[in-house]
Amino acid sequence: MADFDPQPVALITPEGLPVDHPPFDVTLSSEELTELYEWMVVTRAVDAEFVNLQRQGQLALYPSCRGQEAAQVGCAAALRRDDWLFPQYRELGLFLMRGIPASAVGAVWRGTWHGGWGFPEHACAAMSIPIGTHALHAVGAAMAAPRLGEDSVTVAFIGDGATSEGDVHEALNFAAVKAAPCVFYIQNNQWAISVPLSEQTRAPSLAHKAVGYGMPGVRVDGNDVLACWAVTEQAAARARSGGGPTLIEAVTYRLAPHTTSDDPTRYRTQDEVDHWERLDPLPRYRRYLTHRGLWHEEVEDRARDRAARMCAELRDGVFDAPDVPPSELFAHVLHEPTKDLLEQSGQLLAELSRKE
Amino acid sequence: MAATMVEAINTALREAMAEDERVVVFGQDVARQGGVFRVTEGLAERFGPQRCFDTPLAESAIVGVALGMAMRGLRPVPEIQFDGFTYPALDQIVSHLAKYRNRTRGQLSVPVTLRVPSFGGIGAVEHHSESTETFWAHTAGLRVVTPATAADAHALLRQSIDCDDPVIFLEPKRRYWQSGDATAEVPTAGLGQALVRRSGTDVTVVAYGGTVGTALDAAETARREYGWELEVVDLRSLAPLDFPAIAASVSRTGRCVVLHEGPRTLGLGAEIAARVQEELFWDLEAPVLRVTGFDTPYPPARWEKAWLPGVDRLLDSIDRSFGYSHD
Repeated sequence: MADFDPQPVALITPEGLPVDHPPFDVTLSSEELTELYEWMVVTRAVDAEFVNLQRQGQLALYPSCRGQEAAQVGCAAALRRDDWLFPQYRELGLFLMRGIPASAVGAVWRGTWHGGWGFPEHACAAMSIPIGTHALHAVGAAMAAPRLGEDSVTVAFIGDGATSEGDVHEALNFAAVKAAPCVFYIQNNQWAISVPLSEQTRAPSLAHKAVGYGMPGVRVDGNDVLACWAVTEQAAARARSGGGPTLIEAVTYRLAPHTTSDDPTRYRTQDEVDHWERLDPLPRYRRYLTHRGLWHEEVEDRARDRAARMCAELRDGVFDAPDVPPSELFAHVLHEPTKDLLEQSGQLLAELSRKE
Repeated sequence: MAATMVEAINTALREAMAEDERVVVFGQDVARQGGVFRVTEGLAERFGPQRCFDTPLAESAIVGVALGMAMRGLRPVPEIQFDGFTYPALDQIVSHLAKYRNRTRGQLSVPVTLRVPSFGGIGAVEHHSESTETFWAHTAGLRVVTPATAADAHALLRQSIDCDDPVIFLEPKRRYWQSGDATAEVPTAGLGQALVRRSGTDVTVVAYGGTVGTALDAAETARREYGWELEVVDLRSLAPLDFPAIAASVSRTGRCVVLHEGPRTLGLGAEIAARVQEELFWDLEAPVLRVTGFDTPYPPARWEKAWLPGVDRLLDSIDRSFGYSHD
């Protein structure tokens, strides 16, 4: 595979000016370009609301995606609605763009239900807490598509840490051998909790790993929403036309702690965070839109309104949300509960009624 | 149907694939070679590479990919070549296959039937003779099924593939080549139901998979040599357990001996013994006894016959059971 380019694909300079990076290009209308910006603003605002709700004790935990909005929004916007997403758990931008209510995401972090509510009806797998294991599920889903007579593409979202996991190796190899219509989208945010990328791999880059699997590897500036859109669009088109999988490494940065329980001052310097704050994808893209004459106050207002509605939906759905009935703990173990499960369910209900 | 168990399973796969396009078969050496035991012989030729295909050597992937396919609506029937090689896939089976329905609050079914040539008795090298059933039976969300006869292998595999739950289907290798089985005439029971393979009045022997034949042999000897009438219950489904069938038999006989190949400690026998004494305490004439392999790694082939629970070890235990009396 001679087509490996270690230079991250970028279509916008950090100053917000357009730059060429053939063969990658963006074919989006003015409305679509501003829509990307709105989704980035919305993602950041709802993400901040999640952190607030955790601070208020409404959520047990939350892993912020602040800093990774361009990587998520650019990728999701390049996919069709029937393309399946297999997320890890930090993909708030994807979830919101797919129409998954913020409160359905909050169900996981409140401890109401594992995996979230109703993701599959949005062609999105449940959130996956174990690292990288869902990459295999994505390969299976991708391989199912042609067998179901579909031309959908499946995208596995993994992080830099996941690339060290055995299942990710098996997934990449399997997908390549079977030419599965799958895209592996790594958000390399530099840190796996406290372990930096340098202790995760000796590979020159994560995209380099594609060479060994016999698939294209693309590094992209993960803080450039247009570049993320362009590389995903090409990889999806390639997969859809039978060309097999692609490994994308979106180089970005987790500006926030790993989760609300994490203290990143124990492992990284403020200088490093400041450096990446200057590369923040939101102001960068706003400068680009301004340069193109596409940014107006109304764009900002529209985004803020949408964010406010979603934050309200999140608060309404999370604040003192009722727990699921305890019988549900037994209802979904098998396709119908066994007599033993019903007896155990009855036991729990009896114990609970005694406590009331 | 005077077929071997290998042929019966092959027929079941062929029928299921012919009837339902969503059924796909894959694993190591299942297509070009037709499986190391020839269980999948001819399926790739008949149904083509979309329906039956070889995979890279990656057990975790075989299970994880099957799960992804099932999420999208297929009914995968993957094979892990040998029992001992399910362990690399343990995380996919326990953390995902078993939990996916629950994780999606019942929204997605993952009807994967994972076939695993299992258990010992064929003189194999290390890692090819493992009893893995308690790992799966201990994991909520899985069905665990093991046939004892060729006819039942056919019936149970068809039922497993039709079932909307993930099924770990353990095939007793040492019964693979047995044929002409009289039990082919046994009326078909549903998935999750045990069968009484031989009626008797003195003691209930609970067995499954490869040990059912051992129990039936012992029952024959017991009648001939000692005049004991053994009732042999073939569990067929290890999870969920058909406890009412066990209870019905033990309440008649008052004695229960559980027979399995795997090590004794925390084997399925421990669960059955506990359950029997919890629910049938006043019916019991004797403690529930376990006849099992030993708490060692599976032995090298030269010691396997001695290590495995056979007719003699079972009859010793039954003798011990008769030694207890209320008087």
